[in-house]
Amino acid sequence: MHRQNDYKDLLKVLPHDDILQQCIHCGLCLATCPTYDITKIERSSPRGRIAMVKSVARSEMELSERFAEEMNFCLDCLACETACPAGVQYGRMVETARVVVDEAGFGTTKLNRGIKRFLVRKIVASRSGLKSVSRLLRFYQKSGLQKFVRATGLLKIFSKKLNEIEALSPSISDKFSDKEIKEVELPVGGVKYKTAFHFGCLMNTMFADINMDTIDVLKECGCKIVTPKDQVCCGSLMGHNGDLEFALKLARKNIDVFEKIDYDYLISNSAGCGAFMKDYAYLFEDDRKYAEKAKKFASKVKDITEFISEQKPELNLNSELNPQSVTYHDACHLVHAQKVFSQPREVIKSLPGVEYTELEEATWCCGSAGIYNVVRYEDSLVQLKRKMNNIKNTNAKVVLTGNPGCMGQIKHGTKKFNVDVEVMHPVTLIKKLLKKNQT
Amino acid sequence: MDKVILDKLKSIVGTQNFLDSKEDKLVYSYDGTPVFRHLPEAVLFPENSDQISEILRLANQNQFNVVPRGAGTGLSGGSIPVDNSVVIVMTKWNRILEIDSSNLTAWVEPGVVTGIFQKEVEKIGLFYPPDPGSLTVCTLGGNVATNAGGLRGLKYGVTKNYILGVEMILPNGELLKSGGKNMKDAAGYNLKDFIIGSEGTLGIITKVLVKLIPKPSNSITLLIIFNKLVDAGKTVSDIIASHIVPSMMEFLDNTTINCVEDYAHIGLPRKSEAILLVEVDGRSSEVQEDAEIIRKIAIKNNAVALKGASDEAEANNLKTARRSAFSALARKMPTTILEDATVPRSELPVMIEKVTKAAKMFDVMIGNFGHAGDGNLHPTCLTDERDSKALDKAHKAFEYIFNEAIKLGGTITGEHGTGLSKKQFLESVAGPAGVDMMKKIKCAIDPNNILNPEKIFSISPKCEGILPLKREQIKNFNA
Repeated sequence: MHRQNDYKDLLKVLPHDDILQQCIHCGLCLATCPTYDITKIERSSPRGRIAMVKSVARSEMELSERFAEEMNFCLDCLACETACPAGVQYGRMVETARVVVDEAGFGTTKLNRGIKRFLVRKIVASRSGLKSVSRLLRFYQKSGLQKFVRATGLLKIFSKKLNEIEALSPSISDKFSDKEIKEVELPVGGVKYKTAFHFGCLMNTMFADINMDTIDVLKECGCKIVTPKDQVCCGSLMGHNGDLEFALKLARKNIDVFEKIDYDYLISNSAGCGAFMKDYAYLFEDDRKYAEKAKKFASKVKDITEFISEQKPELNLNSELNPQSVTYHDACHLVHAQKVFSQPREVIKSLPGVEYTELEEATWCCGSAGIYNVVRYEDSLVQLKRKMNNIKNTNAKVVLTGNPGCMGQIKHGTKKFNVDVEVMHPVTLIKKLLKKNQT
Repeated sequence: MDKVILDKLKSIVGTQNFLDSKEDKLVYSYDGTPVFRHLPEAVLFPENSDQISEILRLANQNQFNVVPRGAGTGLSGGSIPVDNSVVIVMTKWNRILEIDSSNLTAWVEPGVVTGIFQKEVEKIGLFYPPDPGSLTVCTLGGNVATNAGGLRGLKYGVTKNYILGVEMILPNGELLKSGGKNMKDAAGYNLKDFIIGSEGTLGIITKVLVKLIPKPSNSITLLIIFNKLVDAGKTVSDIIASHIVPSMMEFLDNTTINCVEDYAHIGLPRKSEAILLVEVDGRSSEVQEDAEIIRKIAIKNNAVALKGASDEAEANNLKTARRSAFSALARKMPTTILEDATVPRSELPVMIEKVTKAAKMFDVMIGNFGHAGDGNLHPTCLTDERDSKALDKAHKAFEYIFNEAIKLGGTITGEHGTGLSKKQFLESVAGPAGVDMMKKIKCAIDPNNILNPEKIFSISPKCEGILPLKREQIKNFNA
């Protein structure tokens, strides 16, 4: 393993001492931390991690494998930020610490790091890359090859982990949404809202239907929707996994693309993307050229449930359907990163025929956490098991959640832990209830 | 510390329960107390009482120190390591062993989280009232060790009012069992009562027997807004004088209101000088009546607005917001030094003024809030520990506040304990005879001073013990 011993320069990316000092180590975060809950050891807690980052940043403590391990063990779910009265920006500390350990060669082998980077840079971030992989996956799933592999347990020969991760791969949509959605979509009646749409990477390929549903629902709301074709990945996966430079490149591109069009709300249906795009304002704070533009861009970003709950558009919904029991799982990047908690609940509860049961520990991470469930499968299962158990206890037939990562993870959970529940995006439920849909 | 001893400790608790990496030492070097920190030599997670006994016996033989710790949310430094010490962490002892609904008691392990325990007993209509600000994290063992209080103190009392029995390992390794399920017990010294609040200096708590009460059926939570600080103080004294005992009566000044609102977004009035958060509980009719009287008193004292929480969720939001006050103040400045000077309730308005005066006199920013109903204030100094001059000013301001509190017949700490941060003021409250008695008790139980030494008071070996008079005794000192 290649390790850099002189990483002093790298430490500069860590937040300023004033930000690190903001943590008064009161410990109120401990109760909300999924990793501390497993180990009950302080270094796996937000308070412990901050103390370590502070110590490294002040050059009082050296980098180590143990330090790197705790930074990577963190799900970056940000539940601690919600719990923190002092407003400590924990996510930024951990994400920059990941950059440092990655660059200095701790916590992961060079090869592993290369794969991780290839995965997020070349595949997720590039639409053609993701599409090629998705097409391969689609072929794999549709051709019967998947059935063959699963039936024979072929992957188990290579490794148990590979076999388990294969199960995580979401089923690929038949069509990708960016080809289906027109650059400008208009509502049937008059235009009430001028919106733009960011279609996301996973939503576009793995969950294309949700994007189509979003467009349909927005049209029903009276929205003109502009979906620029040259938009790019929001950059969140790179940003959260130690590749900020690349994330900023993507962010600049998006800012430039959307600047050209006239809109009031930039709608996202993917919590992770929404959170990161709202964060552009912070990311470019010190960038003379982009600071203002980024601020403006970020201020218009809205999650689809946030938009509906705030604007209360008139939706023509069918109220004569059989009642269905529904629960809701908060995506971390919606509730903790964007502080969107009550809005989706309000929207869901207002739908006709919905019998809503609040999910116990709804704001507790499901373990998906970006690419965490791929790179740390075993750790993510601990969280998933807990989530599935809580879902089971609601007796709901449908679990709604607003993030593709969570959807994939919970779908995996239904099979892995035998829970009979349908996983759905809130916007899909609304779409199903639209009157025009049922004729 | 000698490697041989560390190895012995490792073999007592097992490798998996022994931590001594630099990272682990660092993250157990602090608790919730600002400024104080000290690295331990190792961190231990014993699995049973025998292991604790063995650790303590080894400590006596080899003269190293042992510091017990719960969740590490204390605010006086009680669980911060000292020189040449190992930390014993009790958070993994988190089982509720028994809830006895015919006797209204519960046996718990010390690592049970207070808030989780409350939820469990409330499921069957029972109630454990002590509710320190950190209740979602702090442990019952830590609550016993510090005699923790909380928002409901004025009607329901503090931790000591709900502890029927304690089991603990004494510094010599022996197991002490004190108390039981009897509602009355006059046999001998009331040992459990001086264990409560002993801050881990007399033994390591391994089991606690808790008293429960029936959960009150109704409650009303009121938010009362004032333009003037004095009016809030006057309202508090008038409510108490009217013989109503609210289950909670919390006070927040303007600085605190703004910081809490920044965090919680619950619509607190940013411009008002003070708010009171009052809750009455009990039977429906009685609660309505009390709330009405409080309303009248508040209006008489120039309250500008009065809001009732519409449902339990809203009431809980208000209480949660209040509990966040201490940490929320850190939004203003990087270091928040929270104290808990407490005065007789009638003196509260005077004490609030003294705090304001201290802030001006010593040129420090102080956010003031606290349990107005029981005279327990939390003046919190907003400063920066990296700036020694600012820190010095803060300490001077607190010295003034403590002295004024004592002059009013008050005390230096209502619920946080003495620990490291307030021990220099102990004698001015407890008196020389009081402190002397405490030291004698400590010396009798822990003659080698191995268990959480330097907390509450310091024992200097030179002046302690029997005066050496015989020639052979003196010889030892000259050697």
